[in-house]
This record gives sequence, structure tokens and C-alpha cells, in this order.
Amino acid sequence: MIGDSLLPLLVVLSSFLVGVVIFFLQESRVVLRSALNLAGAGAKLGLVGYMLWGVLNRNDYTFRHTVLPGFDLVLNADALAMLFVTLSAVLWFFTTLYAIGYLEGAPHRSRFFGFFSFCVTATAGVAMAGNLFTFFIFYELLTLATYPLVVHRGTPEALRAGQRYLAYTLGGGALLLLGMVWLQTFTGSVEFVHGGSLAALGTTHAAELRWIFLLLIAGLGVKAALIPLHGWLPQAMVAPAPVSALLHAVAVVKAGAFGIVRVVYEVYGITFAQALGVLTPLSWVAAATILWGSLRALTQDDLKRRLAYSTVSQVSYIVLGVTLFGPVGTVGGVVHLVHQGIMKITLFFCAGNYAETLGIHRVSQMDGVGRRMPWTTAAFTLAAFGMIGVPPLAGFVSKWYLGIGALQAGMDWVIGVLVLSSLLNAAYFLPILYRAWFRLQTQPWPEEHIPVRGRRETAWLLLLPPLFTGGMALFIGLFAAMPFSPLDWAQLIAAREYAP
Amino acid sequence: MTIDLTAPVPWLILVPLAWATLSFLLGPRRGAVIAIGGLSVQGVFALVLAARVLEYGPQHHAVGGWGAPLGIDLVADGLAVTMLLMTVAVALPVAVYARGWFAARPEGAAWFWPLTGFLVAGLNGLFLSADLFNIYVTLEILGLAAVGLTAATGERRAVTAAMRYLLATLLGSGAYLMGVALVYGTYGTVSLEPLAGLVGPLPITLLAAGLMVTGMLLKTALFPLHFWLPPAHGGAATPVSALLSALVIKASFYLVLRLWFGIFEPLVTIPFAQLLGALGAAAVIWGSVQALLQTRLKMLVAYSTVAQIGYLFLVFPLATGTGTEAASDAWQAGVLQAVAHALAKAAMFAAAGAMILAAAGDRIDRLGGIGAQVPVTLFSFGLAGVVIMGLPPSAGFAAKWLFLTAALDSGQWWWAIVLVIGGLLAAAYVFRVMLAAFAPVAEGASAMERPRLAGSLEWTALALALGGVMLGLFADPLLELLGHGGVV
Repeated sequence: MIGDSLLPLLVVLSSFLVGVVIFFLQESRVVLRSALNLAGAGAKLGLVGYMLWGVLNRNDYTFRHTVLPGFDLVLNADALAMLFVTLSAVLWFFTTLYAIGYLEGAPHRSRFFGFFSFCVTATAGVAMAGNLFTFFIFYELLTLATYPLVVHRGTPEALRAGQRYLAYTLGGGALLLLGMVWLQTFTGSVEFVHGGSLAALGTTHAAELRWIFLLLIAGLGVKAALIPLHGWLPQAMVAPAPVSALLHAVAVVKAGAFGIVRVVYEVYGITFAQALGVLTPLSWVAAATILWGSLRALTQDDLKRRLAYSTVSQVSYIVLGVTLFGPVGTVGGVVHLVHQGIMKITLFFCAGNYAETLGIHRVSQMDGVGRRMPWTTAAFTLAAFGMIGVPPLAGFVSKWYLGIGALQAGMDWVIGVLVLSSLLNAAYFLPILYRAWFRLQTQPWPEEHIPVRGRRETAWLLLLPPLFTGGMALFIGLFAAMPFSPLDWAQLIAAREYAP
Repeated sequence: MTIDLTAPVPWLILVPLAWATLSFLLGPRRGAVIAIGGLSVQGVFALVLAARVLEYGPQHHAVGGWGAPLGIDLVADGLAVTMLLMTVAVALPVAVYARGWFAARPEGAAWFWPLTGFLVAGLNGLFLSADLFNIYVTLEILGLAAVGLTAATGERRAVTAAMRYLLATLLGSGAYLMGVALVYGTYGTVSLEPLAGLVGPLPITLLAAGLMVTGMLLKTALFPLHFWLPPAHGGAATPVSALLSALVIKASFYLVLRLWFGIFEPLVTIPFAQLLGALGAAAVIWGSVQALLQTRLKMLVAYSTVAQIGYLFLVFPLATGTGTEAASDAWQAGVLQAVAHALAKAAMFAAAGAMILAAAGDRIDRLGGIGAQVPVTLFSFGLAGVVIMGLPPSAGFAAKWLFLTAALDSGQWWWAIVLVIGGLLAAAYVFRVMLAAFAPVAEGASAMERPRLAGSLEWTALALALGGVMLGLFADPLLELLGHGGVV
């Protein structure tokens, strides 16, 4: 059916067209702009829901357009793509709501929401890219679309963060490009296929293929914030809270981690990657990143900065899961792609609420905030417990599968890393919760922007999104075994990747 | 012997000559309208010609029915048509832009329209000519029109730059003419088709080839012969800068491409090709670093041209003595890069010019707050920058992709490194401008005093930049056109 092949394109365009229109809207057209934003987000959700059903029934949604001889732009909605597309579509919807509330009365909103939409466009493209060429196109587009958001406030600090962001990501893009082109001199266009396609090359090019793997992973590792390439992420937290949500949960770091998943499973193939011996070094880097990120998070007083280091650590769980040879490890890594997104977006929404409502930016200012903003703090608590891995929250499910996967892969030391990092997670999250719930307010709030009205602790648009996503973090953990849960879907992906 | 009046080839030269003359007689205001109309007609002819070439292959036309050796032969193959399309795709939006520009800054308007007509006629003539002497004539028309345009504002800086430019362009075409004379003396013809079978590696032919190619390198401003370019392109009126950077230097590059892979094919050797590539690489690095160091916006854009010219010359090492596949990739990359740069650089100059008008000055550190004032223009500058950096999905990316593929396919990884570093340096200088524009309004420069811009100044830049980006997604038809005769 022709309509079917256009569906992936429509998913990409739904936010792109909205972005273009928004660019040209007058600053004052708040209602129209918000309506457009939500219409775009809603349309995307509807399309994605329809496609999810189709993919489960093995419908093929592929859009193909020749760009250069032998190189097509391919958008393909396979199971893995749908996992990421769904995540970004759902979280984008909430982030849009949140951003509308967050930026009320702020300048340059048309510019902001325009690039915001482009950002999600690029993410959908990254998710559904059917080959490396297409992936790269959207991966770089994502960099460009995010830059104006990072520097949105125009302060010297924001401009510096933007410069750093560009230097890292464009550098990473260049490495990725080199790796890709090098790889394609052996194979022609590299399509993403279940089980990978490089095993056919055999071991004759083993040395080159290892170098190429290094280039590709280094290029993707910049966005995934693997050490030592993570330097941009903590600095980029100067951006407005909805942008942090995009960077940390919906789009940027996810695109990097997702790219690593694609390269390992669908370019090299997990079996061939294992045979080349490239997975073990990658697992070391991932483990080191997990521990280093957590350690750095311990000492940060700035709340968003602490969360940023926590992202550095948490995203590497995905990478770690990828390196564990065996379907259970795969499930753990892939499912954490979703779980980390939902939990981290909740945390950033809450951090934004504290800052917007009371002017709280630092952990040391949070004494007694639980009484003033109980709902926000409840959502924060759910997400933080999830990050630590307390059952039955989402993070527990990820860690459980990662642990079992490590044992199956014969990498027992990973258990040690998981335990240690959970302890560290607890060590940097629990003090925040303790201050918020159990300490009494000792000083006036730094800047109270939004006063209490009855039971409403802050603006509705700021409160509802974290409540939803926080609830989701509980729900998907509690009901992980239900059909269509992220875990269920991750198992479907793993089954298809390991199918002979 | 019948003369086919519907054949587009002669019209592509006659139409610009006609509007050049008319706009001279009728003055700049009506001249602008006539020029825009004339360019639209020319666009139609170019498209018709492209369709014919796609369908029937290269088109030959003997002017007045007289063929070679007595008459003038015109040939339109895939490469020539691509260049013709590029010319009109840049010149038409730039003309619309120029109309808005000269409404704000009338200096030099009277000269702009007729000289631009001659410039376009010279370009089209050069792309269509099939003999060396004719090419010389078109080169001189082109060069003199370009110099005249550079000096047209009458500003001191522009006139000095124009004098330097005149020197360079006359030296270049002089060297070329000497080469042509040597070829004629040796082989008794200047027609490209018979020469292709005659030329052999004689010392005298080598000398001729050396003179002709060097002359063209000077006109293309390949490092280290670029000394004349930044002041001329940076100092001219902005619409002129756009035409010079986007089109004029491409004409001489086109000629090197034609000669190298055409009649001089038996002479070229891998060391020569590597030398051209090395000069190109040096241009990429040198031009980009200089662009980073500029304090004036237009000079930054001009040095970016110096850098971008460098990429074009990577064609020679990548398509000389390499496998068919790599050679074809490299060749397509070179032409695509020429077109991508034409669109993007015209857009960049147009946007830069609009920002300069809006900010009432061309110092980069005074651009603060410009983003809020002319958002469409800043966006266009950014989009053009995407093409210049070679980031997807632009045509610059498609060209870089093909270059990289050719480089790694032929085992010449060092050119791949140049491409990657060049892209990062380009990002550095483009984002230097973006950064300055995102910064708050500089002290002492109140936004209230800044003039409002005509819409045509903003939207033409956007159209050009979008063209450069979209071409990346639809490069396939253009490459198909190139398959219909050209060089490889």
C-alpha cells in the first residue's frame, strides 16, 4: 500500500511542518502557537500508535528516496525504531505541554518552538533511519536543531555552553562520517538489518573493521556522553528545563545510545561484534562511565548539574546492556533506553518546577520543599527511587535484566558495577529526598515566582507533565509483564535480533 | 541549411546581451525590471535545453549555420547545461536582491544592470563554446564585466581592489591566450573536438597546457594565487560579491576541468594532479583560518570562498589515475560542490549584506541582537552555513560524501582528512557569526536606530540557501544530467 510507505515520512514531517509554520508566527500568537504545537504532537502520537499495531503484525513501513546514486534515504519502522519513536513521541507531547507553561511570557518563543519541533523531527528520523547514511543525516540535523535551544537565553554562559556543545558534537559527527564512509568502501550502502550484515565480510578485514568500530562508537559516544567525551553535557544544563529534558531524555543522548545499539546489533551483528572482540572494551568504557558519572554527581550542589552527571552514568547502562552477549542483556539495555528517558525527564521537569516556582537551583536550598510542593516532590521521589533501582519501579526492571544478562554472558564483574553504582545513586539521590521531605524550611525561598493558590502548588502546565511521567515510571515497572510494555517490546526486539 | 529559431542554445547568449543593452539605455529602475524578466526567460531556455540534453544527449549548434572551422560552434553537454542552470539559478534571485539593495544604496546602480548582463552573457558563452579562441573571447568579456562591477560603487576600497583584480584577470587570460597560440601553431586548429585526438605529450604542448591551466588557476584564485580575491569580493557592492563568488570563479574552474579531462588528458600525470590537490588542501586550511581571523563580515565570507575553492581542486587527484568508480564519484562531487557553493555563497553574501544594512556596519562584533531584528536573514545565513560546512542534508554534504567515498575508495585517505578538518573549520567560522548574532545588542548600538529592510533582501537569501539545502536531497537528477556527456 502506498499509504503505508508514506507513514514513516509523515511521522517525521508532522513535527517538521509545525516547526516551519511556527517560525513565521508573530511572537504574540500564543494560542495559535500552542494549538499548533499540540496538534503536531497529537498527530504524531496517533500515527505512531497506528504503526505500533502494524509493526507487531509484521507490517512493513518503509519509505525510500534516492539521494545519491546507490545511497537512499530510508525510513523504516522496525521494532527497534518503534521503541524509540514511541518514547520520543510520548515524551515530546509532555515536554511540549511543559514548555508552553515554562516559557509563558518569555521572549523568542516562536524561535524556540520552531527549533524544538525540528529537534523532534530529527529524533524521529534518527529512530527510523533504515541505513547508516540516513541515520547520519538526521543525527547531524539533531545537532543543528539543538544548538539554538542550548543558547536560547543568550547569556554568556549559555553561549559558552553552546560553543562547547558544538565543538563536541560536530567533532563526533566528523568521526562518525569518516567511519561510515570507510565502512562503505567495503560494503556499499550499509542497511540496518536484524543480525547485522558485516559477518559476510569474514575475518579478512578484521583489523579495519575494529578501527571503524572505534570511529563509529567514538562519534556516537559523544552524544551518548561516554567518558571521556561527556564534557558538554553537564555544561549544557544552563539551557531552559524543557531543553534539558530534550537533551537528556528524548533526543540527544538517546540518539547517541540508540546509534550504538544500531551499530552493534544491526550493522556488525552482535555475534560478529563478539567475534571481533570489540564488545569487551566497550563494556569497560560503559562501566567506567557509569561509576565516574555517579561519583561526580555526588559532589554537585547545583541540582541540574547533579542530574546531568546522573545522566552520564545512566545512559551507559544502555551501552553496557548492548555489550552483554545474550538476549537477556539486550533486553536490559534496550528497555533502559525507555526507562531512563521516562525517569530522567521527570527529574528535569521537577527541577524546572523548583526553579520556576521558588527559584531553587541548588540542593542546599531544598530544605522543606516537600511541604511547599508535595506533588512535584512526590514525582521527583518516584523517579529518584526508580533511578536507584528500588523495586517495583522501572529502573529495577532494567537493572534486574542487566544483572542476569551479565551472568549469562559470563561477565560477573558487571554485577559489582551494578551494585556499586546503585549505592552511589542512592548516595546522591537520598540526601535530596531527605532534605525535601524531612528537614524544615530554614530560609525563605530564593525567588518565589508562583504563589500558592489553594491546593495548587505551581502552574498546572508545569505540574501535570511530571506527575504523568512519574506515574509512568511506577506503572511500567509494576506492569512490566503486560503486553505493549517497554519490557515486552524489548523482548520482541531481542527475539528478532537473535533469531537465526 | 535552415536555422532553428526554437533552439535554446543561441538564445542563452542573446537574451542577456539584449537586456544588458536595454537596461543601459533605459536606466537602472526600469533596467532592473528588464533584467529580472530577461533572467526568467533565460531560466526557461536553460530548462528546455536541459530537458533536450536529457532526452537526446549533447546538443550542437553552429552559429548562423556555419560550422567549424570557419564558423562558431556551440556545444551543450551535461556539464555545460549544469553550469548554465547554476548561472541562472544564482543570477535570478541575486537580481531580485539587487533591486532591493540598490533601492537602499543607489551607488553604482546605473552600472550594475548592463554589466551584469554582459557578465551573464560571458558566462553562458563560455560554458557553451567549443573552441579555445572563442573561450578566450568570453573570458575577456567576463573578466572585464567583473572588474567593472567590482569598481561600480566608486568607493576607494572597491576601486583599489578592482585594479588588483584587473591585473590578475588580464594576466590570467593573457597566459591562456599564449597557450592557445601555441596550440594553434602546433596543431592548426583551436576547435576542441578535433584537438582531442591530436594532442600528444610534446614539450610545446606541455608549455601551452601549463600556461593555460596556470592562467585559469589565477582567475579561480586557487591558493596561493588568491591574493586578489578577498578585497575584490569583500569590497564590492553585495549583489556583485554574490555574483563574483558564486559564478565568476566557477567559469575558470570549469575551464580547467574541461581542459584537464578533455584535450590535455594525454598530458596529465599523477604528480601534477597531486600538486593541484595539495594547493586545494592548502586553500581549504588557509582560507578557513583567515576567515576565522577576520573582523568584518564580508571579508569572512570572502575568505570562506578561498577555502571552498580548495575543495573543487580535489577532483584532480581523485579522478586522475584512479579507478572508474572513484573517478566518477570525484567528478560528480566536484561539479556538485561547485553548484552547492554557488547557491550557498550567494545566499551567504546576500544574508551578510542584509545584516550589514540592518546593523549599519559590517563588524562581526557589532552584530549582537541581529537575530531578533532580521530572523529570516540570520536563518538563511545559518542554512547557507550548513551547506558550506557540508552538513546533511545539504548539497554540500552530498558533495563531501562523494569526495570522501572517492578518497577512501582510491586509498588516498589524506584528502579525507582535509575534507573533515575543512568542514570543522567552516563550522568554526560560521558559528562565530551565529554566536555574535545571538549575543545581546552591543552597547552604544541602539536597536531603535536600525533601519527596516525590504522583504526582497531577506527572502531571496532564504530562497538561495534553501536551494543549496534541497539540492542535497534531490541531487540524483543533476547527476543524471552530468551523465550526458561532459568529461568522464
